[in-house]
Amino acid sequence: MSARLPNHSLAVRRLLILGALVFIGFFLVLPLVAVFAEALSKGFATYGAALVEPDAISAIKLTLLVAAISVPLNVVFGLCAAWAIAKFDFRGKSVLVTLIDLPFSISPVVAGLVYVLLFGAQGWAGPWLIDHGVRIIFAVPSIVLATVLVTFPFVARELIPLMQEQGRNDEEAALALGASGFRTFLRVTLPNIRWGLLYGVLLCNARAMGEFGAVSVVSGHLRGLTNTMPLHVEILYNEYNFVAAFAVASLLALLALVTLVLKTSLEWKFGYSHRSAR
Amino acid sequence: MEIALSSQLQMQAVIERPRRRRRSRKSIIPGFGLTMGFTLAWLSLIVLIPLSALFLRAAGLGWSEFLAVGFSERAMAAYRISFGTVLAAAVINGVFGLLTAWVFVRYEFPGKRVLNAMVDLPFALPTAVAGIALTALYSPNGWVGRFLEPLGIKVAYTPIGITIALIFIGLPFIVRSVEPVLADVRVDVEDAALSLGARPWQVFARVILPAIMPALLTGFALALARGIGEYGSVIFIAGNMPFKSEIAPLLIVTQLEQYDYAAATAIATVMLLASFAMLLVINGIQAWTRRKVDQ
Amino acid sequence: MISLHHISKSFGAFAALHNVDLTVRDGEFLALLGPSGSGKTTLLRIIAGLAFPDEGYVRFNGEDVTELPVAERKVGFVFQQYALFKHMTVLDNVGFGLSVRSRAQRPSRAKIRARARELLDLVQLDGLGDRYPAQLSGGQQQRVALARALAVEPQLLLLDEPFGALDAKVRKELRRWLRQLHEQMGLTSIFVTHDQEEALELADRVVVLDRGVIEQIGTPEEVYMAPRSGFVSGFVGDCNSLPVTVRGGRAQFEDQALDVAVDRLRDGNARLDFRPHDVVLSENGHGLPLHVSGVYRRGGSWRVEGTVNSSGQIVEIDLDADQPAPQLGSQLAFSITRARVFAVERAH
Repeated sequence: MSARLPNHSLAVRRLLILGALVFIGFFLVLPLVAVFAEALSKGFATYGAALVEPDAISAIKLTLLVAAISVPLNVVFGLCAAWAIAKFDFRGKSVLVTLIDLPFSISPVVAGLVYVLLFGAQGWAGPWLIDHGVRIIFAVPSIVLATVLVTFPFVARELIPLMQEQGRNDEEAALALGASGFRTFLRVTLPNIRWGLLYGVLLCNARAMGEFGAVSVVSGHLRGLTNTMPLHVEILYNEYNFVAAFAVASLLALLALVTLVLKTSLEWKFGYSHRSAR
Repeated sequence: MEIALSSQLQMQAVIERPRRRRRSRKSIIPGFGLTMGFTLAWLSLIVLIPLSALFLRAAGLGWSEFLAVGFSERAMAAYRISFGTVLAAAVINGVFGLLTAWVFVRYEFPGKRVLNAMVDLPFALPTAVAGIALTALYSPNGWVGRFLEPLGIKVAYTPIGITIALIFIGLPFIVRSVEPVLADVRVDVEDAALSLGARPWQVFARVILPAIMPALLTGFALALARGIGEYGSVIFIAGNMPFKSEIAPLLIVTQLEQYDYAAATAIATVMLLASFAMLLVINGIQAWTRRKVDQ
Repeated sequence: MISLHHISKSFGAFAALHNVDLTVRDGEFLALLGPSGSGKTTLLRIIAGLAFPDEGYVRFNGEDVTELPVAERKVGFVFQQYALFKHMTVLDNVGFGLSVRSRAQRPSRAKIRARARELLDLVQLDGLGDRYPAQLSGGQQQRVALARALAVEPQLLLLDEPFGALDAKVRKELRRWLRQLHEQMGLTSIFVTHDQEEALELADRVVVLDRGVIEQIGTPEEVYMAPRSGFVSGFVGDCNSLPVTVRGGRAQFEDQALDVAVDRLRDGNARLDFRPHDVVLSENGHGLPLHVSGVYRRGGSWRVEGTVNSSGQIVEIDLDADQPAPQLGSQLAFSITRARVFAVERAH
């Protein structure tokens, strides 16, 4: 942040600030307020009822389950990728980094579609899977796969630049003092990257719980079975059950707010700043 | 022959022994094989193999069928709507996102830090939630829509609605790209330009804008890349009328639900190629910026 | 005893070290001196087992350790920027090497802490054990890094530019203190530096490196007084260079014969090096003329700067400060008492 503020005329300053505030108000604040307002429009009783209804409960459980599987997988991947990329020199590194970034620019719908093409009844592995009674599409495995694909780069993207910046000296020092590779990672590398890792996990988790397009394509929308919270919101909304839709949506909005608060406090307290705008 | 060769090899070994050349161990940090192996395996399994499945499927269609289903009239209309609205949204975001970044970097006002944190909301808020919230706001009887309706402006269920959803999605890309670069343009530079007789608008156009242009372009391209594929926040507000308000990702889903895998595959391939093109453009902008900085 | 045989190492197309042989005696304090890119740090890392040579051997007491990684060589390594673990207290940093030993060899927690405290006493940081590295000054961090390296009781202590990041006064103190510590603990120590003054002051022997090759190994006295190459002569200590021609074993600067013996050099162009203090003023006006352009005090002598010919060749000479300083613009005459002549090198 610049140490000194420019001496623009008060009128210009006020006009510009007002413009930005109106823009943010209309596009960011208002939608958020609308979610809670709509959810509570018929009172707390209706709101509560929509959340404890069995289909909602099963959607919440499924969402938590999917996040609980896919986030750790991407954490392990992110740690491995960052370790290999940041601590070693090899050819084709920039190609690898680009490939890791790739899922950022794939439409969620396409991300879902590729798994349908692989595992669906019309897909390559489809007939074999049906013969062996394995359900992937329209079942939890494909929801996890699609979620993993969509959230693939989140942790790696946070860790790679951070670990590159920290270099190799700390690890070398630990190894020189006799620490094993695993212990070095645990006691030296991990503490060095913990805030960046937490940051990546936060963003990864928010996206994993909130993913809609990719999951929508592979889930089959089986109520009570393969509906995640966002899908449940859609179904309720399409049934004109607006209050219930917004009630479940408000839980997701709350998750988003908690994510933002944690993320912002990380940035303020530890001076850890988000590197990429993605 | 073989004997001769092996004895030659032996001789070589004898000669080289005093100054043996060993496997070149590059680093004492362990774990390269393990982590690299896992990285490549996971990348292949989750990203590369599924994506190549899509391409192979598309290749299996044959050229004429691919063109017929991938560029049917309805698909062309969907591309036009998708690209048109995403471009409009990115341009609007370019202006207002820059304004927002400017205000955050250059001025102080109450509530600034909270609002700044809010800019990341579209990253954190599930798209479906954003979709129904925007629809509720902009539908004819919504909080905002009811004031626009008498003016004859229909937002929800039209391309304008799609554009609004894409503005929401794209906003943080612009702001977060521009903010750090703008913070690097010191106020001194503005003052220096003013002291040389430049007018405020000249300072902006000739000093500040060129400095932040690469960042603005990067943010613009990121917003485009994200917006083209966006689904969740758009479908609720879009109305989804074929030829009028149907975006390309939705068309993929529709074709899939009708078991028209050929059309879904072809359209998805076109979208994916568009994503790759965007990725190349983004990398190009960043490489260009680095070169400019290095000079 | 540590010996290196035919060590070569390259990074891509860049040859960092070429066919280096070196023997380090037990108890010795050795300096690896050279400009940046000379390969000195790479050599130190190869000795440590932090890097591995493409060719050649490393032997510790006759045993081949070339393939042995750093952890198994029992060396202490002090990194240039110290590489302290910033999330650990000073005490935990110092005790780290002991705490990561396998369970059978690991001392109890209390013993590790006690040992770490002892080491902090040794490096004169007692009482700072509960601080974090960021709360210490540069000199203190440097001593923590040293204590941490010593905790594993290495026979060999390796230091990469140990004083590089410190200001001049702290540097001077730490140097003397490090030398004492080295003797007190009976260590063999090798340190890398680009500062010739540091190398000459501290080391028993100095290894001068340039572009991956050892130019000279010798005591500070030998390296300073009898540099074996033009590079060493120019890099170690202040030095004037004059372009001369060699004819029949005598050097000649322009048309003036110099009283300097030259052996083992063919007739032709050469470079004559002499130190600023290896000159005397001549009373009778014979000798090289010096047109004085600058004078300043340097300890007990005047450093006089001037040109020796019409083409503006600049030299610096030292004159006893007991005498009045020469006037700017005046003309002196001096002769060189001690010089070395080197074949003209290819341009760097």
